[in-house]
Order: sequence, then C-alpha cells, then structure tokens
Amino acid sequence: MAEFALPKHSKIVKGIDYPLNTNAENTRKINVYRWSPDDDENPRIDSYTIDLDQCGPMVLDALIKIKQEIDSSLTFRRSCREGICGSCSMNIDGTNTLACLKSIDDVKGDINIYPLPHMEVIKDLVPDLSKAYEQLTSVKPWLQSKSDPEKGKSRKQSPKEREKIDGLWECVLCFSCSTSCPSYWWNGDKYLGPAVLLQAYRWIADSRDENTEQRLDDLEDSFKLYRCHTIMNCTKTCPKGLNPAKAIGEIKKLQLERK
Amino acid sequence: MVNSLSQSCLKKVIKMQSKSNGVVHWKLQRISAIAMIPLVIWFVSSLVFSLTNTYDQSVSWLQSPLNATGLVLLFGTLYFHAASGLQVVIEDYVHNEGLKIMSLILIKLLSLLLGVLSILCVLKIYL
Repeated sequence: MAEFALPKHSKIVKGIDYPLNTNAENTRKINVYRWSPDDDENPRIDSYTIDLDQCGPMVLDALIKIKQEIDSSLTFRRSCREGICGSCSMNIDGTNTLACLKSIDDVKGDINIYPLPHMEVIKDLVPDLSKAYEQLTSVKPWLQSKSDPEKGKSRKQSPKEREKIDGLWECVLCFSCSTSCPSYWWNGDKYLGPAVLLQAYRWIADSRDENTEQRLDDLEDSFKLYRCHTIMNCTKTCPKGLNPAKAIGEIKKLQLERK
Repeated sequence: MVNSLSQSCLKKVIKMQSKSNGVVHWKLQRISAIAMIPLVIWFVSSLVFSLTNTYDQSVSWLQSPLNATGLVLLFGTLYFHAASGLQVVIEDYVHNEGLKIMSLILIKLLSLLLGVLSILCVLKIYL
C-alpha cells in the first residue's frame, strides 16, 4: 500500500535555535529542514533568525546569508539566482518553488523551508533527482528527424509553428511540479510526472520533430501517462507560471485522436 | 536470418501484447461518465415524481419499454464505470502486485455479478 506515515527514522525533531544577537528590528525566523547522511540522527528543524535589513529580498538570499554568516554546514543547490537554472527548487511556506524567485515579503510569519517532497534526501535541502533525470532521458528530449535539412541550412519553422512550443520551452526542469503531484508521490517509479510529460509534449508539439508517432506510442501507457488525474498541483506550483497539466491534457487529446 | 526475423517479429508481438491500453480505458471511463449524466438525471427525477406512486403504478412504470431500457442502460453503465474507477484507485494505492491483481479481479467479478443481477431484476419485472 501507499505509505501515509513517515518511517521512524524520518520523523522530524526540533533542532538548534540560532537567535539574533543584535538589536535589529526587521527580523525574520527561518526554519530549515536539516538531515545529514553522515550521522545516525533523525532529521531536525533548525531555526535561524536573520536581520532582513542586512539581507537581499529573496528566500535564496536569506539561505546564502545563513550559510555565510551563521551555519556553513547548511547545504542546498543554487546557481544562477534568477530562475533560469532551476537548481534551488525547494518547498517554501508549503509550496514547491525556486528559492531565488520567492520573495521573503510574500511569506507571512516564519519561513519554513523543506526539500522537495517525497524524494530521497541527499543532505539538508538537496533531493536525489537521479530517477527523475532518468525518466527525462526516457522521453528522448531532443530533436529526432528522419529527413535531412537542406544543405547548410537550419530546419525552418513558421512563427505559427513556433508559437506551439511557447509555454513549454521555458521549463527549467526544477521538478517542483513533479514533486508536488500526489500521483507522482505514490507511483513515481512508473508515472513519468508532469515535468517529464511537459518535456515530452515540448517535442511532440515541435513541427521540426518527425518522431511524433513513436513518441506518442511510447507514452500510451496506463502508468506513464494516465496516472495523471488532473489534480493540477503541478500548474499551481510551477515557479515559472507554466501549465504542465495542459501539456498532459494535449498529449491525452492526441492519443484519443489516434485511436 | 530467418531466426532473427522471427525473433524480431516475436519481440514486436510481445511488446504489443504487454502494452497496456491506457487510452482505451481512459476513453471508456469518460464515455461512461458522460452517458451517466442524462441517465442519472432521468432516473432520479423519475424517482422523485413517483414518490407517491402505489406498488402497482411502480410496476407498470417499470413495464414500459422505454423505462426498462433506461434502467438496463443505467445499470450497465453504472457498474462498468464503478469498476473502471475502482481499478484506477487500486492501481494508484495498492503496490503489492499479488494483492493488486487479486483486488482487480475481485472488483471486476463483483461489478459483473451486480450488473447482471440488477439487469435481470429489471427484465423479470418487465417481461
């Protein structure tokens, strides 16, 4: 059966409190999930109080400040700090998002930060995404064609054809959507999840790709595709404002037209 | 050569057989859901309008070919839809393969039994 309760070793305990020792007025408490593979401890929540007047506006700024000034052992992924690389995806204030795009002001009260839900944790806020990347590879997210392009020329696409991949190419593969999907939580080993299905549709919708039939054949599976029950968490959580649920709906529509 | 050809054919067949009919199941579940909208509205409103009916009046209502047809269609769709819906729920939450297959078979047999029983009851009154 699906597991609804956490195993004993995953129960979260209260961690260390790092109060602020200055007289700053504009402060905020940030509660962060901590777990290390190096000891046998249960995961814990550490609380850091920071001075917002000495911190950038985004949650990622706060995390970087904590790592630099309070606790250098805090571990998280980050790179571009502007919503392009998709590295700093985590669960902030109960919603999966990119820490670099989430404003501290948008969160009322304490800021609770957890890793992406229902993934194995490597350390602290770093989830193991290797299975998700494998699933991505399985949909062959690259252009496949049988014909050769005109010699020395690129494959042409009209503005109208190009429009069809708008709202798809912008995905930065942060996996906020997949890890917000209950269906992916229960059947993440067989269901591809919204992030990967959006990528699959990105190539199905691309006029230059000539392997559409094969792509649809590969997806026509009651688990790979049809575990999507239009729960819509994916669309609600996407930090880039994309609509994976719609992309999945378009794939289902194409499957229907083929039968 | 022949061997490798037949092997590749076999591979194809195996692949086709093992391929689950995702789209067929999805389509039938939706068609049965849509079919039930008018059927349920008709059935419930008929029940409401016949609240004060006597036993004989109810029997004669059931003996009208139109009403009997409606009921047979309703029961058929209802149990089909229930079975396919429960199948999805079981596939979602039951991860023990043996338990899963057993509950899927049980659900299908049970809905078949109830469906046939309900339809026979309608026919018994109708005929």
